[in-house]
Amino acid sequence: MELWAATQEALRLLFTGDPTLWGVVWISLKVSSMALLIATPLAVLVGFVLATVAFPGRRVVVVILQSFLSFPTVVVGLVLYVLLARSGPFGEMGLLYTQTAMILGQAIIAFPVLAAFTLASVQGADRIVHETAVSLGATPARAAVTTLFEVRFAVMAGLFNGFGRVISEVGCAMMVGGNIAGSTRNIPTAISLETAKGEFAQGIALGIVLIVMALVINGAFHTLQGEGQLK
Amino acid sequence: MTAATILSTGMSGNESMLFVKRLTKSFGDRQLFDINNLSLQPGTLYVLTGDNGSGKTTLLRILAGLEPADTLDMTFAGEATTAAYPPEWRQHIIHVHQHPYLFQSNVEANVAYGLTMRKVSAATRDVLVSEAIHWAGLDARRGVPPKRLSGGERQRLALARAKVLAPKLLLVDEPTANLDRHARPQIISLLQNMVAAQRTVVVACHDREIIDLPGVVRLDLIDGTLKT
Repeated sequence: MELWAATQEALRLLFTGDPTLWGVVWISLKVSSMALLIATPLAVLVGFVLATVAFPGRRVVVVILQSFLSFPTVVVGLVLYVLLARSGPFGEMGLLYTQTAMILGQAIIAFPVLAAFTLASVQGADRIVHETAVSLGATPARAAVTTLFEVRFAVMAGLFNGFGRVISEVGCAMMVGGNIAGSTRNIPTAISLETAKGEFAQGIALGIVLIVMALVINGAFHTLQGEGQLK
Repeated sequence: MTAATILSTGMSGNESMLFVKRLTKSFGDRQLFDINNLSLQPGTLYVLTGDNGSGKTTLLRILAGLEPADTLDMTFAGEATTAAYPPEWRQHIIHVHQHPYLFQSNVEANVAYGLTMRKVSAATRDVLVSEAIHWAGLDARRGVPPKRLSGGERQRLALARAKVLAPKLLLVDEPTANLDRHARPQIISLLQNMVAAQRTVVVACHDREIIDLPGVVRLDLIDGTLKT
């Protein structure tokens, strides 16, 4: 019964545009989008190079990259905390408990997802894509862009996956963000805090937002993708 | 055109579109081929025949600069190389794969690709693209994504995408292999059309319909050498 009352209150908070609640949602969206914006170019480049350039130690790098896919976010948070803490090597920058620290952490968490998806999709693209582009007069660099464009849906799948991972992660955001109301409190850390306080309504409301977001993002992806991957 | 003009030993190559003095390729210990004094003339359709695994596809790929040869001594359009394949030759030598890869866009964008790479102005490009699409009989399919095209349409699009670049040498690998009897004559007439426009066309195939065309010069790849 308590859960039902909390859910009703959650819906009221959502539909009355409760500023605290929507503020938390905004911080989440902003931090995660920025993190992806920073991580994507480099991650796509790394994934592409790993898929196309043979160099000694390549396999080791690929294994490390893939194991980072399941790296606990709380450990990323821990390492970042040690680096950014006042006594740490980057302590003087005063980044601990800021949105910048959260963005940094989420960029690190998203990086292997994006790079691994790019690696897999470029490897999956037939060699003939590159050859066709070259035979039609593309420079090697331009042919690389063409190949990436041809596997854009798979790369985008990585992007949405990465977004899903960072928007919902709590470990790193809690450690380097500190869950400060109006500044570094995002959806996962707010849910965690509200639930601990016994305030289920806001937790449920934010949970609903996260789930709806996942649905909307996946829906948008499938619309964008169209029949792109259907043979 | 007689076979003698194709394999005439000692030909300077000055009159031919492409002259291969020597071209060798091995895979491991196995020598795939050792070709000497091959001369290809403009306005001629060459059919490259040979058993499966004889190296037809590899030979076309080497001539297109998609695969390195072990020895390469050839002259194309008056320019000679005795080492690496000059990348600028790719501007005039176009290769069409047996199963052409079509970019995931539409017919028009596929045809325009090579022109865009050559930095042709948008106005000129539009005219040339329209001409090539019309040439391949794909006017009604202009905005259609490649995956909705039939096998014959896909091959015609691949030919249009090559033809629009006005290649001096067109290398086509098994263009009719997977097509039904309605689609094949269209491909064959497009190839003949290219030849009539004074292009050099080399087609690797087993297709009797192509081999028996009038004026065709047959190049038979047997035991690593070319015979006519």
